[in-house]
Amino acid sequence: MKRSDVDVAVIGGGPAGLAAALAARNEGASKVLIIERNHELGGILQQCIHHGFGLHRFKAELTGPEYAQRFINLVKETDIEVLLETMVLEVRDDRTIYAVNSTDGMLEIGAKAVVLAMGCRERTRGALRIPGKRPAGIFSAGTAQRYLNIDGYIPGKKAVILGSGDIGLIMARRLALEGAQVEAVVEILPYAAGLARNVVQCLEDFDIPLILQSTVVQIHGDDRLEAVTIAKVDENWKPIPGTEQKIECDTLLLSVGLIPENELSREAGVALDPITNGPKVDDTLMTSVPGVFACGNVLHVHDLVDNVSKEAERAGAFAGRYALQQQADAARRVKVEAGENIRYVVPHEISLDKPVEFFMRVQRPEQNVVLDLGGLRTVKKPSVRPSEMLNITLTEEMLSKLEGDTLTVRIVPQKEDGVDA
Amino acid sequence: MRKSLTCTVCPLSCDVVLEIGENNEILSLTGNKCARGKVYATKEHTAPERTLTTTVKTKGGSLPLLPVRSDQPIPKPMLKKAMEATADLVVDAPVKMGDIVIENFLDLGVNLVASRDLDRAH
Ligand code: SF4
Repeated sequence: MKRSDVDVAVIGGGPAGLAAALAARNEGASKVLIIERNHELGGILQQCIHHGFGLHRFKAELTGPEYAQRFINLVKETDIEVLLETMVLEVRDDRTIYAVNSTDGMLEIGAKAVVLAMGCRERTRGALRIPGKRPAGIFSAGTAQRYLNIDGYIPGKKAVILGSGDIGLIMARRLALEGAQVEAVVEILPYAAGLARNVVQCLEDFDIPLILQSTVVQIHGDDRLEAVTIAKVDENWKPIPGTEQKIECDTLLLSVGLIPENELSREAGVALDPITNGPKVDDTLMTSVPGVFACGNVLHVHDLVDNVSKEAERAGAFAGRYALQQQADAARRVKVEAGENIRYVVPHEISLDKPVEFFMRVQRPEQNVVLDLGGLRTVKKPSVRPSEMLNITLTEEMLSKLEGDTLTVRIVPQKEDGVDA
Repeated sequence: MRKSLTCTVCPLSCDVVLEIGENNEILSLTGNKCARGKVYATKEHTAPERTLTTTVKTKGGSLPLLPVRSDQPIPKPMLKKAMEATADLVVDAPVKMGDIVIENFLDLGVNLVASRDLDRAH
């Protein structure tokens, strides 16, 4: 078995992996390696051909491939090593990586620091338990996106899309543009899960109905999908009898959520957060396994790639420092807790000796509220929604005022004054 | 006539209500919480624009399709025609991101450009 040793090994060559590798290299780690399963870098961005990426990062509305290409070009200018079509089989807690590809066979890679950047995958029909047979024509939205945008096959002629997250909305437009009939987007929530801009530009522009508080309750068809039955749901998401409606279609796309891909992390002994399904990390984005860092959608599912890049740069930089043994142990550590109307906060633990950017999501939509970070900083928010991730930075100075051993993040009603905007 | 639009400029997604006169002129515009909403709603009423993103076939490339985009937004009513115009297009590999696939696309004063690099098949 071929053995090599590197300073920082990055698992995954999507937006998180690319940014982490560049940051680790810039930090001074001399041997940086990206291990990618696909035949090219860029990850899921390569199939997200629509525009709207990079508004924060590049002050431009780039397409997914353009956003990826900019990072790929930066990586190409460096001596960062890239292993394509290479599958990581195992990461050990001593940071030994076992991988396999068709040219080298089995590979053993010893890394001083590892960055987990494997991204996420889609929830499938199995996870939803829709009754009915198993005809062809049912796809996850991302799979259909790949068929259409990479391989050049249209998945069907008449589609229903379950789930109004951004991928579902984007696929509704893409199918409509390619000449397919999109009968409806069906959403279980009382509001669209994706961005308003996507509701306008992907549904309204093409007269595609958005059917709220409803779900698919029955699949029809033997070999190929012939129709779906949808029904209204009550507040507990239970279908209401008598509200069923049958819609003829040959294609059902499922856009029902993403799950961080953490099989490797779990086997490495990395502690996971049951809410995010991603690793628990500290303010350097290090997991519970020393020297193993995580960033991007493997850590928690983001809605903006700009945030993925930013988070990954932080993880990569700290991984680089770890590899160079420049990271001092923190004197005091504080737990971060999700309080009122906060579903989760990343990082899970902080050390108060450096500025920290917090990422969080709310549990339910609310208007005219204040985001309160342990009383150290409060920010007014005209509206918060679970689909829009919040991020906010606490400076060292703010953190120095923290008392006790927990920092609680919560959403509280707005008062007339006493908060910064 | 009354027309309502969702402002898509920021996540607040204000519902902007326009009062439209007989000559399609805007009589009043309410519901926007900031000035950018007014600019957006005015543009969206008078001449809505969208960026076209799609794929074209490739010849000799490492992938069967090349993602392309209009380098500027085009008038919304032109989207369908633009899709038709790209349906039979074939681009020769190799291609670099930003390469012009069609200049002055449909005489709209915008270019259709490649969204990524595409190597030759090996
Ligand atoms: S009007 Fe202003 S505040 Fe309202 S959505 Fe548009 S940009 Fe945002």
